[in-house]
Amino acid sequence: MSTASAEHSALVSIPHLLARNMAQLPDKAAYREKEFGIWQSWTWSQSADEIRAIALGFLEIGVNKGDFIAVIGRNRPAMYWSMVAAQMVGAVPVPLYQDAVAEEMAYVLEHCGARFVVVGDQEQVDKVIEVQETVHGIEHIVYHDRRGMRKYDHTQMNALDDVQATGRAAHERFEAELEARWRALTYDDICVMLYTSGTTGRPKGVVLSNRNIIETSKNSSEFDHLRVDDEILAYLPMAWVGDFIFSIGQAYWNGFCVNCPESQDTMMTDLREIGPTYYFAPPRVFETQLTNVMIRMEDAGRLKKWLFDRFMAVAKRVGPAVLDGKSVSGMDRFKYWLGDLLVYGPLKNTLGFSRVRVGYTAGEAIGPEIFDFYRSLGINLKQLYGQTEASVFITQQKDNEVRPDTVGTQTPGVELRIAENGEVFYRSPGVFVEYFKNPESTASTKDADGWVATGDAGFIEEATGHLRIIDRAKDVGKMADGRLFAPKYVENKLKFFPNILEAVVFGNNRDYCTAFINIDLTAVGNWAERNNIAYASYQELAGHPRVLEIIQGHVEAVNESVAEDEMLSGCQIHRFLVLHKELDADDGELTRTRKVRRRIIEEKFDDLITALYDGSQTVSTVTEVTYEDGRKGSIKATLELRDVKTISAPSQMAAE
Amino acid sequence: MKDTYEPYVTEDGRQIGGVLMEMKNITLRFGGVVAIKDISFDIREGEIRAIIGPNGAGKSSMLNVISGFYHPQEGEVWFKGEKRKPMKPYQVAQQGVARTFQNIALFEGMSVLDNVMTGRLTHMKSNLLQQVMWWGGAEKEETANRERVEKIIDFLEIQHIRKTPVGRLPYGLKKRVELARALAAEPMLLLLDEPMAGMNVEEKEDMSRFILDVNDEFGTTIALIEHDMGVVMDLSDRVVVMDYGKKIGDGTPDEVRSNQDVIDAYLGVSHD
Repeated sequence: MSTASAEHSALVSIPHLLARNMAQLPDKAAYREKEFGIWQSWTWSQSADEIRAIALGFLEIGVNKGDFIAVIGRNRPAMYWSMVAAQMVGAVPVPLYQDAVAEEMAYVLEHCGARFVVVGDQEQVDKVIEVQETVHGIEHIVYHDRRGMRKYDHTQMNALDDVQATGRAAHERFEAELEARWRALTYDDICVMLYTSGTTGRPKGVVLSNRNIIETSKNSSEFDHLRVDDEILAYLPMAWVGDFIFSIGQAYWNGFCVNCPESQDTMMTDLREIGPTYYFAPPRVFETQLTNVMIRMEDAGRLKKWLFDRFMAVAKRVGPAVLDGKSVSGMDRFKYWLGDLLVYGPLKNTLGFSRVRVGYTAGEAIGPEIFDFYRSLGINLKQLYGQTEASVFITQQKDNEVRPDTVGTQTPGVELRIAENGEVFYRSPGVFVEYFKNPESTASTKDADGWVATGDAGFIEEATGHLRIIDRAKDVGKMADGRLFAPKYVENKLKFFPNILEAVVFGNNRDYCTAFINIDLTAVGNWAERNNIAYASYQELAGHPRVLEIIQGHVEAVNESVAEDEMLSGCQIHRFLVLHKELDADDGELTRTRKVRRRIIEEKFDDLITALYDGSQTVSTVTEVTYEDGRKGSIKATLELRDVKTISAPSQMAAE
Repeated sequence: MKDTYEPYVTEDGRQIGGVLMEMKNITLRFGGVVAIKDISFDIREGEIRAIIGPNGAGKSSMLNVISGFYHPQEGEVWFKGEKRKPMKPYQVAQQGVARTFQNIALFEGMSVLDNVMTGRLTHMKSNLLQQVMWWGGAEKEETANRERVEKIIDFLEIQHIRKTPVGRLPYGLKKRVELARALAAEPMLLLLDEPMAGMNVEEKEDMSRFILDVNDEFGTTIALIEHDMGVVMDLSDRVVVMDYGKKIGDGTPDEVRSNQDVIDAYLGVSHD
């Protein structure tokens, strides 16, 4: 917004931005949520009114300046309002992952010492009550959805509606206090505290100041020319820093509208209905969508299939060039236009991407085929590299400078440095204040000059200035013969096959590399159906000899591609097995953002790893699993281990 | 003494009121076969009442008597303090009784939304012509009814299949849609015929939660037939046990569980 920079000096917190939006954009839609089948919407002035009511209610139930208020629930306007209301009364919102089990929540709630918890529904209330058996600091639970709550003991519990109602009723009493509290907020006060999922050890509370959030939102909005009329769909976990930046930081900075889906399962329908202009999704979402499209096309009629194949070939050839505004011959331009009319347009519409102006993916590497597929359709999909400690943005790809193998150049305001061991360091206005109550970790991550270690190994391409990430620095190791071991590099290559959902590669200090594979049930299941292969369970399908053959083919293809890179040719996979269960965050094998937790998997499946290295052909194992409601059970399986063809290193061997 | 029980509050805080429906000495015969022999019991307002028994015990027949589909040869059905005259099932429905079926009776080709909307039929006043012409309050009525239906869709968490044809849904979801349609009628008394038949443990847990929530949120009285003893005992306030068309037990789950006749019927003893 043009006026934004002029007033910038006064915009030192989210409540300040809210006040500005209320004054300048009173009738512009700020929030939408689909409920009861209809999109309900709130303007900036209506939202401000709701937020004020919550804030007054918070004062009434005794929230003090500096208190921590945990927020647990799916993306709903009321949950976002509660966070901003918390900021208004000088408290710190702490969003938590709603699918976390009670014991994970207990740690965070204990660690931040939350006195108040705002939750979405009964399910979350039950978890918090369970947590209260061990954590005694929680004084009051505020819940949003009344369903099933009537029988609960309400002495220390309240519905959000009621909190708002009492807040409104008490406005004479608290108006002055509220006004004083939010006006006193400064640029260096805490804006939010977010717990990192942490691939190792306990989660850490990352403290981000108003400066971090607002500077970052401002810089990144300018970078991508975000506008007041942009639309986003808020569907990623609220506890994730990205959602906080997109749905609060950038939304309040630009004044654009945040749309909340009806439920988790309706996300795809809601996406199509809203047609966001600014969209973010982890690679997995794009992968799933592409898999679904491909499956549907396999089942489509002959004419449709022919049209699809033909025009996708055109798109693959000229699509990215058209998108980047490079010169394309008249004939190709016509073909692309026709394709857009017949195939790409309807397809984009079905996927909900018709209006996407800026799309991002991050968190994990995305397969080049997947990335190119979306770009060839004319969707401006880009990659960014970031982390919670940076308030998301470290590097981003500029429009017209998009490549699948890099993560772009630094976001305005960010400085980059590569250490001698290859680790990437950065410094920016978004750099976090500290890890809450954890000065040792703060000191080991951030140095006195404000440089932060990312923990990722990478390098900057000299010609273009693009950053390339190879792997987690701590995961990069050496094999027994001294060759470089970069597991993620190989895992990503494996995961680019639609049939492979997850892969874990082992080989640090070993003679050769081995891998665990998780099949993708949707893709492999569809294949099984088409080939008349009957199966009763995930486990049975995963152990089917023909499935193993397919996976073996994929692994061999990966080996070929890995062998091409001299530096990493030692990472070829010699033996693998297909796991009998899906790796799951509930079992601690993945983080809540679905990253592999290597150490835990190594410990848990120790017997399987041993078998991969002792040459045996089968192995029997018993694995403990945790159900969604927290109960535990176990599954037994006998797995087949497979040897894979590898490509021996080229002739340089002799020179060593 | 039978007509008025003192209202009371259950351990988990629900209000149980007076008698809503009473079956007095019901006997139902199909030709020479006696499906129900002289059975009496009552259903109280706000309670979850289960009818259990082995296969062929006459449970479904009993439910069909309650819903007005079968007319017993002997005995009386009392509803809301009045003796019910012989009536058609749709008249019973208009009185505020809705049901689901053991083998799912939905319109397979229609969407979930349309199926649930049919449950509102008893609440619609505009006639066919008005609805076709979209005139004379038909639109307003549709909007009001749709709103009600959407609340139920939200309540049963089936938003994601709102527009999906029922024929494409898995079994567990169909059961939920059927419950939604029954709820759409805003019944005083909800009859569930084996709501958990053929479900896996997780689906059963979900269904149990929905049944409890319906009872709790809407205050709907529920009478259900169920095979799964474990589920019934956890769910219901009182249980009627039938065997070979006779009532062999009636009381709280604990009472029923310790009833020797019930144990025999379930574990099996020789019938001479």
